[in-house]
Amino acid sequence: MTEITTENYLSEAKRAIKNQVLQNALADLQHRFGTETALAYQNLPEGPELRFKAHDIRMHTIDNLDVILDKLAENVRKNGGHVFFANNGKDAIEYSLRIARKHNVKRVVKGKSMVTEEIGLNSAFIESGLDVSETDLGEYIIQLAGEHPSHIIAPAIHKTRNDVGKLFSEKMGIPYITDPAKLTQAARKALREKFLAADMGTSGCNLACAETGHITTVSNEGNIRMATTMPKVYIAFMGMERVAARLEDHDVLIRLLCRGASAQNMATYVSYIGGPRYPGQADGPEEFHLVILDNGRSRILADEDFREMLCCIRCAACLNVCPVYGKIGGHSYGFTYSGPVGAVVTPLLVGINKAKHLCLGETLCGACKDQCPVDIDIPRMLLALRSKLAEGDSVWGVTPADRKEKSMYRAWSWMISHRGVYDLFLKMAAFGQKFLPQKEGMIRWLPPPMNGWTQSRDMKPIASESFLQRWRKGS
Amino acid sequence: MNENKKATLFIQCLVDTIYPEVGEAMVQIFRKLDVNLSCPTNQTCCGQPAFNSGYRKEARKAARHFIQVFENAEMIVCPSGSCVTMVRHHYPELFTNEPHWLQRANSAAARTYEFTEYLVDVLGFEDVGAKYHAKLTYHDSCHLLRGIGVKEQPRRLLSHVQGAEFIEMNNSDQCCGFGGAFSVKYADISTAMVTEKVKNIIESGADTVVGCDMGCLMNIQGMLSRMGSKIKVKHIAQILSST
Repeated sequence: MTEITTENYLSEAKRAIKNQVLQNALADLQHRFGTETALAYQNLPEGPELRFKAHDIRMHTIDNLDVILDKLAENVRKNGGHVFFANNGKDAIEYSLRIARKHNVKRVVKGKSMVTEEIGLNSAFIESGLDVSETDLGEYIIQLAGEHPSHIIAPAIHKTRNDVGKLFSEKMGIPYITDPAKLTQAARKALREKFLAADMGTSGCNLACAETGHITTVSNEGNIRMATTMPKVYIAFMGMERVAARLEDHDVLIRLLCRGASAQNMATYVSYIGGPRYPGQADGPEEFHLVILDNGRSRILADEDFREMLCCIRCAACLNVCPVYGKIGGHSYGFTYSGPVGAVVTPLLVGINKAKHLCLGETLCGACKDQCPVDIDIPRMLLALRSKLAEGDSVWGVTPADRKEKSMYRAWSWMISHRGVYDLFLKMAAFGQKFLPQKEGMIRWLPPPMNGWTQSRDMKPIASESFLQRWRKGS
Repeated sequence: MNENKKATLFIQCLVDTIYPEVGEAMVQIFRKLDVNLSCPTNQTCCGQPAFNSGYRKEARKAARHFIQVFENAEMIVCPSGSCVTMVRHHYPELFTNEPHWLQRANSAAARTYEFTEYLVDVLGFEDVGAKYHAKLTYHDSCHLLRGIGVKEQPRRLLSHVQGAEFIEMNNSDQCCGFGGAFSVKYADISTAMVTEKVKNIIESGADTVVGCDMGCLMNIQGMLSRMGSKIKVKHIAQILSST
């Protein structure tokens, strides 16, 4: 599994907020994609309500996932492909290394895939002596820089063209240039050689279709098509939830995926891959493997509260509207998945206590739900995660995150059930606040644990008489 | 128009304790419109702070108190979309395993309205005869907008205010970064968010920012005050009660 640094949410967020280059990039990303995706939904022939239909399609699939995955495996095998169900990342890696060894593979080209990021496939391949190249331009940049993606579909969003120019000059030995077209050309040239020399290709899977036994990949660079057709062996990795039962469901979801991801009606390259090449066919791999990964997803499936999260098709539309992601960027989330989707999926995959800041560090504004192409209720699940952190949960192995806070809320709930006690408390607070520094009728400083507020904001003091006291007096 | 106008006031705790003048402004408008008012004085807080922090047992206790206090109210009206979202959407969720309470929660949910929603959708008023000389801009609170779908009602009410010029700010529907406990626990992120909100307010050229929820407005006001800005922060009731 890839490195987990969810505990650093606060410090990483602080660092990201201070990084003006990142702030500009995030603002630009959200300005472009946030607005245009909403418009793209409006312009759907079926109208934006297609999102609700897609939600039903996804829920129905998830509710019947066992049967649908069996069907998918059966049909992929019928098409001449191999299917491997991996319980975890380790199993998936071992399986793919076996395939690599069998074919004496030396060089691997990869199409962009978050699920391989989740299981740490690159480092495992490299440790086994394989030469691995990411071929998505953004992923290629990230790989050269030795970093992790900071956005699900725009992995190098945190890098400027100057950063990339410097990086290419250092790692590829080319002169320092900053023109995006020339930089792309340089990457293209380097990657072309890698495609031609590769013995094995890998990719993720944007969506599989059980009815036909094919998988679909979408890209705007054409790199995935090359990575999946040129080398003689091809392995596709998919999270076990990324399947549609029928081709007509698949059609709805692919159209929504492209709108959610990049506000496009359809991606530039959409590949339907139905197995290895047939005898006599000119293109395509000789061997096709589909690795279907669980890695904690069954546990999510088994929980009524969180099952809905498996509807996610990883388009990143929620990242492009989330006001928190828009300030802290992807790396603050400390794992493969960032933004609102990461805030729910990551705690469920790596541990709720370990990723508690991801559950708590949002405002529940709901922008993610409205932008989601399959209308996933992310705020509902953030609230469900918070209740596990507050109360503890044996199924998920959660211990109460803050016992002091728990007692505070218990006392509070008693107080607010007794107006007289509440009034007394308000009277005391109104008296106590007189000792706090004030300017022009506003409190300038609050003691811990409220001091976070006054680090950047003033606060109006409690009124000497509450509204209800005034009302009682007969207003 | 509704002939038998009745409202039982559900006063958000922030209005009750910090901004009582907002509650009084609401009362003034209702009196002018001949709405028959009542206000249970043993009400406290709807329980949202506990619910949003995950303390459902405590939120349930608050909800039971609220449901009992407002049991006999026909129309419950609140100057906060956030509190209404809590009652309308989250109270029924809290009692899924308690059929008796669920029924009472559903009943409370069906009787609870946000202030501008009540004025426009229930009473049918868009012009309440207000006069206010200012350049106004409006912040959409998240729970009001996305929780209960109130977007046009406040704008329609403001468009009828004599003497006021209305200016839409950029990204009026983007969260201000309040988020209750979030604003204190994740102060750096909250600050970055409210900084952007305040920037959009300033750039709109308005001299007064209006909203329907004192949580967001307290956040915005807090930063404007710290900056020494002259921009005024008002709950919509304070604008609509001016003559």
